[in-house]
Amino acid sequence: MNAPNEKYLELVHGKMPKSKHIATMFRAFWTGGTICAIGQAFTDLYSSLPYDLPEDDVSALTTITLILITAILTGFGVYDKIGAYAGAGSIVPITGFANSVVSSAIEHKREGVVLGLCANMFSVAGPVIVFGISSSIVVGIIVLIFKGAFI
Amino acid sequence: MMKASTHIFEKGVFIEDTATIVGPKEKAGPVGKYFDKHFDDDILGQPSYEKAEIKMHVSLIKYLMNKTKHDPKDVDLCISGDLLDEIMGTSLTMREFDIPFLGAYNACATFAECLITGAMFLTTGKFKRIICSTSSHFSTAERQYRFPLELGNQRTPLAQWTVTGAGGTMLNNTGGKVRLTSCTIGQVVDYGVKDANDMGACMAPAAKTTLSKHLRELGVSPDYYDLILTGDLGEAGSRLLKRLMSEEGIPLGDNYNDCGVLIFNRVAQDVGQGGSGAACSSTVFNGYVYKKMLSGEFKRVLLVPTGALCSKTSILQGESIPGIAHAVSFEVV
Repeated sequence: MNAPNEKYLELVHGKMPKSKHIATMFRAFWTGGTICAIGQAFTDLYSSLPYDLPEDDVSALTTITLILITAILTGFGVYDKIGAYAGAGSIVPITGFANSVVSSAIEHKREGVVLGLCANMFSVAGPVIVFGISSSIVVGIIVLIFKGAFI
Repeated sequence: MMKASTHIFEKGVFIEDTATIVGPKEKAGPVGKYFDKHFDDDILGQPSYEKAEIKMHVSLIKYLMNKTKHDPKDVDLCISGDLLDEIMGTSLTMREFDIPFLGAYNACATFAECLITGAMFLTTGKFKRIICSTSSHFSTAERQYRFPLELGNQRTPLAQWTVTGAGGTMLNNTGGKVRLTSCTIGQVVDYGVKDANDMGACMAPAAKTTLSKHLRELGVSPDYYDLILTGDLGEAGSRLLKRLMSEEGIPLGDNYNDCGVLIFNRVAQDVGQGGSGAACSSTVFNGYVYKKMLSGEFKRVLLVPTGALCSKTSILQGESIPGIAHAVSFEVV
C-alpha cells in the first residue's frame, strides 16, 4: 500500500514551487561581496594604524571584529533578517559561522549553561569545525610528505 | 472489501462552545477578527517559548470553562495535544486542572483525533462533557523541527509558518447549536516524499485518501457540504489535492479551502505556503468556521485536518514522511 509512488513524486517535483535561483544568487553575490568589502576595509584600517602590526595579526583582528559585529547583530535579532534576504551571501563568510554559534547558544540558554548552552552551541556549526580540522590535517600530511616539492 | 472507516454519530454529539487564543501574526491575518483572544507579545512574559505555549493553552481551557460557566468537576475528560516532544506542552498544561486527561498526537491532525475520540466517548453515554484542544507555537516548533530562531538562513518557498495559538472545543451529548454528524478515521499514507519542508506534498495523498473514502462511504458528492476544509496543506498542497481528487473522479469545487491558506495573507505576511501546526485547524475551526456556522453562513462543514508525522531522527535516517488525515463533519442543528 505504502510503496513510493514514482508518478506522484514526479508530479510533486514538476508542480511544486521552486527557489528563484537567479534572484537569490544575485542577492547572495552582492551581500556576500559587501561583507567581504567591509572585512577588507577593517584590514586596511588595522594596517594603517601606527603600531606596525604583522599581516597575520591584522587578519586575526579583522576576523575578530567581524565575529563581534555578527554576535551583536544576532543578539539584537537583526542578523536573521539579513540572512533571510542574503542566503548564502551571509552564511558563507565568517559572519555566518559566528551567527550559527551565537544563535544556537541563545536558543539553548534556557536549558542551563552546561547541558544547554555549551552542549548545543555547535549544533549547527559543528560539522564545519569537524570538516575544517579534518581537511587541515589531511593537507598538513600532504605538505609534510611532499615538502621538498614545494620549497 | 475493506471495513468502512466512516462512523455516523446517531446519538447526538454537540458543540457546547468553542474558544480560541492566537498570537499577533494570526490576529493580523484575514480571519483575525474571528478569534476570541489574542496577545501582542508572543513570549507572554514567560522565560521561554515553551512556557509561553503552556500559558496560552492553560488560559484557553480556563476561558473555555468560563465561557460555558462550568467548573473542572463538570468536565469529564480533556483530550488534548501539541507538537512538542512527548506532547510536553499539553502534559504541563494539564497539571493545572483536576480533569482526567488523555494526550493525543497526530502532528497537525491532532485536533481531529481529539474530536473523534471525544465524540466516540460521548456516544457511550458514560461521559457528558469533554474538552478537545490543541496548541502550537511558531518558536517552539521552529526550534524543535528546524533551526535556532536567530539563525540567518533562508526559508524554502515550500516552507509553512507554524500557527501560534490554541483552540478548544467543548463537546457534550445534551445539546448545542452545532452537531457532529460523522467522522472518517484516516490511515497513514506515504507516497515517498522525503523533503521535510514540503509538508503539503507529503500530506496531500493522505487528505485525498480520507476525503474520497468519506464521500464514497457516505454516498455524497463534495457539493453536499457548504465548506470542505483541509488542515494545513498550504497553497501548493491544496492545488495538489485538487489535482489528486480530480484524478480520483471527485473534483473539488469552490467550497473547498484550507485552514493554512485562510489564516494568513500568504504573500504579505511572508509565510511561504501558508500556516501549519496543531493549532492551525483548531483555531480556524473554533474561531472562523464555528462563528460562521452560528451566523448561518455554513450549514454543513467537513473538516479534514492533515498531519505530517515527521520525526527529526527518521528524516535524517532517510525515511520518507508518513501523512495522515481524519475527517469530521458538522451540521447546524
